[in-house]
Amino acid sequence: MDYILTLITFLPLIGALIIGLFVQGSGSQSSENAKRVSLVTSIIVFLLSLVMFSEFDKNSSDFQFVEEFLWLGFFNYKLGVDGISVILILLTTGMMPLVFLSSWTIDKRVKEYLISFLILETLMVGVFVSLDMFLFYVFFEAGLIPMFLIIGIWGGKERVFASFKFFLYTLLGSILMLIAMIIMWDISGTTDITKLSNYEFASEPFYILGFYIPSGTQTLLWLGFFASFAVKLPMFPVHTWLPDAHVQAPTSGSVLLAAILLKMGGYGFIRFSIPMFYDASLYFQSFIFILSVIAIIYTSLVALVQTDMKKLIAYSSIAHMGFVTMGLFSFNQQGIDGAIFQMISHGFISAALFLAVGVVYERTHTREILAFGGLVNRMPNYAMVLMVLTLANVGLPGTSGFIGEFLSLVGVFQIEPIYAIFGAVGVILSACYGLLLYKKVILGELIKENLKRINDLSLREKFCLYPLVLLIITFGIYPKPIIETYSVSVANYLQILN
Amino acid sequence: MSENLKYLTPELFLVIFNLSFLCVMLFVKSSSILLNCNKIAALALIITAVLVYFNHVDANPIINGFYTSNEFTAFFKMLILFLSSVILYLSDAYLKKNDLLKYEFPILINFSVFGMLVVISSNDLMTLYLGIEIQSLSLYIIAAYRRDNLKSTEAGLKYFILGALSSGLLLYGISLVYGATGSTQFHTIYSAIMYTDRTLGMQIGMVFLLSAIAFKFAAFPFHMWTPDVYDGSPTPVTAFMAIVPKLAIGAILAKVLFDVFGGISDKWQLVLVFLSGGSMIIGSFGAIAQSNIKRILGYSSIGHVGFALMGLAAVSPEGLSGFIIYLFLYSIMMLGIFAFILNMEKDGVLVTDIYLLAKYSETNPATSFAFSLILFSLAGIPPLAGFICKLYVMMAIINSGLVYLALVGAIVSVIGAFYYLRIVYIVYFSESNDKLDANIPAGHLLVLFLSSTAIVVGTYNLLGIEPLTRAAAESLLY
Repeated sequence: MDYILTLITFLPLIGALIIGLFVQGSGSQSSENAKRVSLVTSIIVFLLSLVMFSEFDKNSSDFQFVEEFLWLGFFNYKLGVDGISVILILLTTGMMPLVFLSSWTIDKRVKEYLISFLILETLMVGVFVSLDMFLFYVFFEAGLIPMFLIIGIWGGKERVFASFKFFLYTLLGSILMLIAMIIMWDISGTTDITKLSNYEFASEPFYILGFYIPSGTQTLLWLGFFASFAVKLPMFPVHTWLPDAHVQAPTSGSVLLAAILLKMGGYGFIRFSIPMFYDASLYFQSFIFILSVIAIIYTSLVALVQTDMKKLIAYSSIAHMGFVTMGLFSFNQQGIDGAIFQMISHGFISAALFLAVGVVYERTHTREILAFGGLVNRMPNYAMVLMVLTLANVGLPGTSGFIGEFLSLVGVFQIEPIYAIFGAVGVILSACYGLLLYKKVILGELIKENLKRINDLSLREKFCLYPLVLLIITFGIYPKPIIETYSVSVANYLQILN
Repeated sequence: MSENLKYLTPELFLVIFNLSFLCVMLFVKSSSILLNCNKIAALALIITAVLVYFNHVDANPIINGFYTSNEFTAFFKMLILFLSSVILYLSDAYLKKNDLLKYEFPILINFSVFGMLVVISSNDLMTLYLGIEIQSLSLYIIAAYRRDNLKSTEAGLKYFILGALSSGLLLYGISLVYGATGSTQFHTIYSAIMYTDRTLGMQIGMVFLLSAIAFKFAAFPFHMWTPDVYDGSPTPVTAFMAIVPKLAIGAILAKVLFDVFGGISDKWQLVLVFLSGGSMIIGSFGAIAQSNIKRILGYSSIGHVGFALMGLAAVSPEGLSGFIIYLFLYSIMMLGIFAFILNMEKDGVLVTDIYLLAKYSETNPATSFAFSLILFSLAGIPPLAGFICKLYVMMAIINSGLVYLALVGAIVSVIGAFYYLRIVYIVYFSESNDKLDANIPAGHLLVLFLSSTAIVVGTYNLLGIEPLTRAAAESLLY
């Protein structure tokens, strides 16, 4: 078990190398082989992470499976997981087989496509396992390259604009974080995340160029990290890259973007901003609440008027991420538990929704809501799946969406009831756009000519969608397995904070 | 005196080889030797590098204090000799194809390299001046190497006129410093500055000196010649100018700053902050509107010079070591880029328009992957080596308390990322149907792949040069 984290992190990279070096030729047979290699690799990684999870001690709040090697002198290669990261790793590795399964029909530059996704898996897992600040940054930032290529090569019509916007937006955010990291290293002399979490950064207020800086150094560092995580999450008002990127990315790119990449922002807040700069976080608490409430209400309203299905789901993602930030900055057990649960559950729901959109997109090559209607007549299974997903997205009790939103709102209510009330309004709005979408696409008469011969879900698509639907309902009724994985870590985390 | 000669062996060998090669070639009409003159000259450079390896290390200045030979000079000399020989090898195919293969070309390159060796080793302002002149005069000539080409002659003339101006500045600076301190030798000036009054004349002289060196280094605000000269010169010459003189001039800049004006670092730190910040800004904004890859690389080199100078502006051993690492990795990346650019051909004609790279990845997936990897590295995206060296200089500068310069660097590197990405975008996503001929000689491919492998492996251990740069930095700081 000593090197299991390294193994999980870098096994996809080996898969990518195998595809790059050994799967020769450009015929359909070779791309079929490449798809099989990538699927098998991702399943092995998932099984390995399950093994790791079974060995994981849920009753300990320490970092487990820690590995540390010297690298470049001033920063080290240090890996380890606690309850919060282990669940995100499972989400990542579990999502990858579905991603590869869902991209089985791709026929443009298959090998490069699969290699990009395998590299991306390594980098995403790396973000969640790294316990060294600069290592985290390397994984966090390197993910831009494969994602840039995925959107740019396999994306839709406006893909060039979307890929540039995605890249430059995120780069600007994270490079400010890099500066903040270097300053932290300069002050504390270490890059170890566990040591930095216990380091007290100065919080005496001072003036810079006549501006009063409350909580001093902590505030400035907090802002540096905020620039990166707020863009990644994304929060209002730096969310505008997300709809573009989502709409232009291929289906499986959107799935990963929504399910995993957005969670890096939330994870960053948990790992860096809150424990390391607690004074500044307290100072910015209501600022975050206001931004979250704006995100929830504003983006829900924007989602109401979308004509593109993917764009609608993208805006709803931003609204749901608003609950995550609210929950995280309530600094109590319910809030943080709820926020992490919301991240996991949103991982399931949004991934499944994008897959569902991909299903009809593959058949009709359009995502316009108005181009559909009455699909229930030809696609009963699809209609059923989409109903569960829509209701889960709304946050209906009995689905995992409810648990996350409810706990986050409970957490916020204990601090500032008014924000919780506004946040709850967002739930109603999400019902509006969700049900409206469902009505327009699924219900009614089937009158469009091109839809009259549309087929229901194929076996492969069922394999993609049914597991997610099952998970959404299971964890909606019985959320304990997820919550108990990280509750000890969160409890300990809060104890250190206060 | 005679035991001092041992330290001069490499330079003596190179200059004797050059002169005898010139004399021999005057009479040789054999085409087989003529065809291989580049390779012969490259071999001579390699031999010189071996000689440097076996004849360095002496802490004290030699030849009456005019010259030094230590870890720092040896590191840079070997790097320069190695890179120049690779560039000579790379330019072979280009010169043959364009009917430019004359024996003068390798000889001029070798003379320029000789000048750089002198520059790096100089321990006296006069030696410094002579070295800079030797390397620049050769460069002026080879910039205008395509005599029948309007742009090439323009480039040569422009480079010559502006270069002459900077030589004037250099001489004026030297005379002012000499007037103020009574010596031209580095260590004497150093102690004179340390133990006597800092007169205004000396400070003005320092600024003139730094301006002249910054001119050769193509740092803002003395960068104007760079895009034009890079664009106009034949591509092998551009490759040479973009890589090798940067190392030599960088080395001497570090040496002048720390060995001569080390006592008044508070005075030159702000100058360097200005040079560095300005270069980074110009480098990233200037290239946005360009579509000629040589001009883009011209601006890109200005930007990278700015980042490297950040390491010097930190005024610390870490910063100096970061500066050396930056120059080293920059030259490795540029070597790979030029190995590719030297083969950008359409219908047998060399082109520089980046839009002609459209769809290149469909026919040459491996080559375009290696090329894009280097571009990402130049943009400073982790985990590639280009990021690690940016990290080094930024850590050094923040450690010295100049956070704002690091902020400038961070923001402009996002803007800079845009134009590197644009090339990647053309290679991978563009719909246009103009296609390049895709035949790159195996040797060039090898250089390209080695360079891109180096920037990936470099993330792990910086190719093992970190201890070397530390030793080099320490031998400079005494």
